[in-house]
Amino acid sequence: MDTPGAVRARGITKCFGDVVALDEIDLDVAQGQIHGVVGPNGAGKTTLLGLLLGLAVADEGSLEILGERVGRALEAPGGVAGFVDGPGLYPSLTARKSLAALAALRGGGAGATEIDDALAQVGLTDVADDRVRGFSLGMRQRLGLAAALLTRPRLLVLDEPANGLDPAGKKQVHGVLTRLVADGATVMLSSHRMDDLEALCSEVTILATGRIVFTGPLGKLSAENRELDYRLVTSDEETARRVAGATSGVRLLDETDVVTRKDAGVLIVRALVPALDELVTRLVRENVAVRELAPVVSPLEAAFLALTEQQESAR
Amino acid sequence: MTATLENPAPTPVPARPASVGRGYRFELVKLFSQWRIRLLVLACWLAPAVFVAAVSQQSDLPVDTVFGRWMNATGWAGPLVMLGFAGSYALPLLTSVVAGDVFAAEDRLGTWRHLLVAVRSYRRIFAAKALASLTVIFVLVAGLAVSSAVGGVLGVGSRQLVGLDGHLLSPGSAATTVLLAWVCALAPTLALAAVGLLGSVALGRSPMGLLLPAVVALAMAVAQLLPLPVALRFALPTYAFISWEGLFTTPTQTGPVLISVAVCLVWTIVATGLAYYLFMRRDFTNLSYDGSARRTITVGALPLVGLIVGASAVLAVATPSLGSGITQDKVQQSLSTAYAHLYRLQTDELHRPAVTEAQLGVTSACTKGGGMVAQEGPGNDWRCVVSWHLPGVSATGQAIYQLDVTSDGRYVADGDGPKEVNGYFQVRTPEGDQPNPMWQFDGNVELL
Repeated sequence: MDTPGAVRARGITKCFGDVVALDEIDLDVAQGQIHGVVGPNGAGKTTLLGLLLGLAVADEGSLEILGERVGRALEAPGGVAGFVDGPGLYPSLTARKSLAALAALRGGGAGATEIDDALAQVGLTDVADDRVRGFSLGMRQRLGLAAALLTRPRLLVLDEPANGLDPAGKKQVHGVLTRLVADGATVMLSSHRMDDLEALCSEVTILATGRIVFTGPLGKLSAENRELDYRLVTSDEETARRVAGATSGVRLLDETDVVTRKDAGVLIVRALVPALDELVTRLVRENVAVRELAPVVSPLEAAFLALTEQQESAR
Repeated sequence: MTATLENPAPTPVPARPASVGRGYRFELVKLFSQWRIRLLVLACWLAPAVFVAAVSQQSDLPVDTVFGRWMNATGWAGPLVMLGFAGSYALPLLTSVVAGDVFAAEDRLGTWRHLLVAVRSYRRIFAAKALASLTVIFVLVAGLAVSSAVGGVLGVGSRQLVGLDGHLLSPGSAATTVLLAWVCALAPTLALAAVGLLGSVALGRSPMGLLLPAVVALAMAVAQLLPLPVALRFALPTYAFISWEGLFTTPTQTGPVLISVAVCLVWTIVATGLAYYLFMRRDFTNLSYDGSARRTITVGALPLVGLIVGASAVLAVATPSLGSGITQDKVQQSLSTAYAHLYRLQTDELHRPAVTEAQLGVTSACTKGGGMVAQEGPGNDWRCVVSWHLPGVSATGQAIYQLDVTSDGRYVADGDGPKEVNGYFQVRTPEGDQPNPMWQFDGNVELL
């Protein structure tokens, strides 16, 4: 028998008054992966994740989670956990008491050991007995993740979990999510941090104005993508500028074309990968050393910008 | 080395709704973790004892508060003074802080979605929150009652209490009646708590939601000061904060007590039902929800106003209660009864030969406004001449009182002479000067 997908959505539409938050969404997420959901503000990410958590019910369409059909609000199969719009914590409780109270509320039998384990996993052992009131946003996010871990989730839904995380905290959260997926769970998360998504996700779904404009593996997204902007630093800027101008498929961008800061000695070129290869070959032939060649924005971010701009202009 | 959750996938926790019991405990944990709730509990369990014990030792007593004049005579007056104060101020504020915030706190903290995912039942969340807030309120009310009683008994002692018609209650009877009075006060507290739940659900983060019970109680307290028809007065749930005074008369004024408690319970059911109705229809996907003014008025306020009108109509039909309830006959009867009881008390203090109320045959002749106005209603212009007979004495004893009758039926009778009877605040006894029970005393006109 085939293993059911973590999420299977068909024709999901969700409106809030006159606002169409999700517009006939079809989505398949296989089990055992980290699936990213990206989109501009108001694209419908939180609504989609909220549907998965059972916080709302779709107006139209069908939704299956972990192989079980979901039809009513607050109905969700066992094993779904997570948060949207922040981890939702009570400032007067300590981290440990927060988890203990939640564990008692859910009645799942998580004891002191499991609570300590969850706190350790997210790196909050040292502040376990501190009140949440004094926690930074990043610490709250990690505590929210710990609360979700206590339920031993098969589908973990996280809305902007990287918000407020410092590099160490981010590394810790990435580690937790990676281990969870390695153990067979599925993680669906939204983020505005493209680097996080690229580091974590095997697949992404891009939403724009309530519609899916892309869903699939990151590699497929890169392959489908058009030209990218690259920073080019060489040993001879003048020659590099001349060669780039003469290479077919490569366009030199000036200050007004780029959104990033352009340092002295740095060229910004826009090209597809084959044209970029040709540029490097020619520079080498001209005895120009290539010291740096890197995308100005990540492929995912570029694709995100391109696809969402297309969607906006099509409306 | 830190431990990790091993193999989280195989044993998922089923997503069944959390039981009301678990939700109730969760809500209690949250409530009692708040410093303001802890502070309130501490204050309610300690402050009344200190206040009552301290005031009981003073010569200047809070005579404006019912039973205040007896605070240094018996420890059972203290909890009644506290009850009078609590009904006016403390209980409405306590219900505001607890019930008025129990739903709004989730809005303020942005925790609704988190709670919904954890509990997975609107109904159970509502039940758990309502029960938890009522529990906290009960703990606070119990603290006020127990603490003030302990303070009174420790400070003054468990002695006889003079009732509102002058009769004496034994210490045991006083204790029981004090307890009953506080139980009666739970009814309007419940009603205000239900109003708090309604405000908390309907108005979200708005400060008005938090303040609603206090505002409603204040408005109703002001209304009680007005010369309203008795039917309307009884239809207000806060009347139960006054009606307990009828427990301290003989016979007990059970009619007003039962009616006011029943009104409170109806208010509790209706307001809680409205809160539940609004809660079940709330859109929790809207994060900026701050209540809907239109819905609050149509679903929240109008039915309660309708309840007041309906209850007034029922009471007006079922009881003779269209006027103020304060008539010349009732004032005279009440004063005569109180005077007879207090005369016996004074006789006992002075070690004079004992007399009975029947032997005294006290009668009163009261006029209002010098007979120039209608002889009914509240006012401080009631003047009464009290007459009585002593066994073996042919002359009729007479004393004059000025009565300040408030619209809730309570009055203060202020003796105007003769000096030997009621004209001075102390009487000379073989043991020395003692408070004169007939110089100034509280009474109560039954409004029904």
